Amino acid sequence: MHDGGRPVLEVQGLKTVFRVRGGEIHAVNDVSFDLKPGELLGVVGESGSGKSVTMMSLLGLLPSPPAEVRDGKVLLDGQDLLKTDEDTLRDIRGGKVGFIFQDPMTSLNPVFTVGYQIMEPLRKHMGMDKKAAKARAVELLELVGIPGAAQRLSDYPHQFSGGMRQRVMIAIALACDPKVLIADEPTTALDVTIQAQIIELMKELRQKLGMAVIWITHDLGVIAGIADRVMVMYGGQVVEHAPVRELFGNPQHPYTKALLKTVPSVRGERVRRLTIIEGQPPILGAPPSACPFRDRCGSAVDECARRNPSRTAIGKGHDVACVLVEQKEAAHA
Amino acid sequence: MLTYTIRRLILAVPTLLFIALVIFLLLELAPGDPMAEMPLTIPPEVKEKMREALGLGQPWYVRFYLWLYQFFIVEPQYWIDGLFGTNFADGAQRIISFQSRSPVFNTIAERIPQTLWVVGMSYVVGVIIALPIGIISAVRQYSWFDNFGTFISMVGFSVPTFFTGVLLIVIFSVNLGWFPSIYDTTLKVNDWPSFVKQLKQMAMPVFVLALYNAAQISRFMRASMLDNLGQDYVRTARAKGMTEKVVVLKHVLRNSLIPVVTVIALGVPQVFGGAIITEQVFKVNGLGQLLIIAIHGNDVPMVLTLTFIFAVLIVVFNLIADILYGVLDPRIRYD
Ligand SMILES: Nc1ncnc2c1ncn2[C@@H]1O[C@H](COP(=O)(O)OP(=O)(O)OP(=O)(O)O)[C@@H](O)[C@H]1O
Ligand code: SF4
Ligand SMILES: [Mg+2]
Repeated sequence: MHDGGRPVLEVQGLKTVFRVRGGEIHAVNDVSFDLKPGELLGVVGESGSGKSVTMMSLLGLLPSPPAEVRDGKVLLDGQDLLKTDEDTLRDIRGGKVGFIFQDPMTSLNPVFTVGYQIMEPLRKHMGMDKKAAKARAVELLELVGIPGAAQRLSDYPHQFSGGMRQRVMIAIALACDPKVLIADEPTTALDVTIQAQIIELMKELRQKLGMAVIWITHDLGVIAGIADRVMVMYGGQVVEHAPVRELFGNPQHPYTKALLKTVPSVRGERVRRLTIIEGQPPILGAPPSACPFRDRCGSAVDECARRNPSRTAIGKGHDVACVLVEQKEAAHA
Repeated sequence: MLTYTIRRLILAVPTLLFIALVIFLLLELAPGDPMAEMPLTIPPEVKEKMREALGLGQPWYVRFYLWLYQFFIVEPQYWIDGLFGTNFADGAQRIISFQSRSPVFNTIAERIPQTLWVVGMSYVVGVIIALPIGIISAVRQYSWFDNFGTFISMVGFSVPTFFTGVLLIVIFSVNLGWFPSIYDTTLKVNDWPSFVKQLKQMAMPVFVLALYNAAQISRFMRASMLDNLGQDYVRTARAKGMTEKVVVLKHVLRNSLIPVVTVIALGVPQVFGGAIITEQVFKVNGLGQLLIIAIHGNDVPMVLTLTFIFAVLIVVFNLIADILYGVLDPRIRYD
């Protein structure tokens, strides 16, 4: 189902900076990836590695100022989103591309009914009248497994539990049959059992609807269960990228290796933030001129401080940005 | 909600009785004698008679009870009689002002229109201009508009109204002669020219007070908007493809108004209290000015009645604010 075919989404050389007092923060540095129809791309990396900023940049969702998408291409079905006008982008948001965010407790508007919030994109993007939108909203709530869907439309978010609210968020994101669903840590704020339920639901929905998904998480355990491919981010750049089995079986980047060591050993254990690696992720005041991981890397060599390694292909669909890997590859050739 | 309201109303009764008692005792303990301004030539026995006539001969609890009785039973009876031509009151003793020797409620009824026109209007105007200013300032935070708004509201609530009032009088009445400097209470609005005249004499006091009200409310609105603009649900609304107009004027505004509406409701009693200083400056003889005069003249019944009415309004609008909160915020349940 998910190899062949042109990618629905292609991101090339994306650069996003924040203009702040006293300078700039380079949050996303030259990020490239693609997403094929129906595929699930996992994005991992510790807090501050630029995962959210990358995804928000795609559809102009960052507040500007301070954010500025400085360079790159974001091709959705061949159309460059960084060059389109705000109206077109708005039609795509919630239309072709759906979003789910981390905290279902705060992501829904407390003063509008759940029904209203689901119907909003339906009316805007699909031009449905009230009646049609309502019927579709009931359908969506049933789809995401909310019992008594029809009656619950007039309830407010606070009348739902955390897990149920996240289901509502998923219903909203799926409302207009998106081709791409971006889920930014959709389960991080939930209890373990609820987390497992939401993951199951997402698997099921993907089978049914066949949309492509970008799934951002801290939890490599989750990724192993659902992703087709994984992209590891550090310091605003992609440091390793591989099909899921390859990544778990043959990790090459020192950061990925460290991450894999910190995966909770018992499946389903409460997610631990990936801070077990010593030190702090960098905040970059300038585009990196050295490997961003070098201060925390156990295998760093002199060259790591002299240049920022670029992504080198080392196998089918597997690439790594590390000086050591580059050297090894060069020796092989 | 209804049971909650009823419960609150019932609870308000002992509160208000207690407030009435405290006001009464404070006035009782305060030095001052309603006879103080009587000519010294009046013989002491006559003075004593006059005291008795004012009801001052009895112990305080009798007088307090009498006042309560008059306030809650007699005066409403007169009011109903006035409305429907009935005769419930049957000539019962009303609350009488020491100063004017006429029923205090008659004086209050005379003063209320001025206060409502000038102070009430300024509150309405203040709210109407404050809300959009607050919204725009928040959406365009740190823009020139926001900075200008910040400056104006700083001026609005740091410069006292007696200063802005006098300043306006000097500029617009004395120098330019555009507006009258004294409010003419006797003006009756019955045709176009008199209406224009009324507008003109209201303009400056309304402006001064509106500026003061708008300064506070717009800051409050701004803060509330900013608070909500940073919330996650705003990002969700944008991610759904909603236009900025919908995001700001529907999603954010609906949430931001909840505390602002409460604050506006809580501010209403102040309208009835009048803006004492502004009323003095522009010679508007509203309730605020009435209170001042009554205090100066040791007019205990008037002061007591006015203060108590303000207390009732405060309690009532507190309740209204709470109910509004419950109506606007679906998360609040009062049962
Ligand atoms: N509004 C902002 N202003 C300035 N800097 C920002 C802003 N938002 C994000 N950043 C910077 O961008 C970097 C990347 O942040 P991002 O939110 O993408 O991290 P993340 O990988 O999603 O982390 P998390 O797992 O905590 O969600 C951070 O280091 C942060 O300093
Ligand atoms: S480039 Fe150097 S510092 Fe960076 S990960 Fe590779 S070995 Fe470590
Ligand atoms: Mg994030």
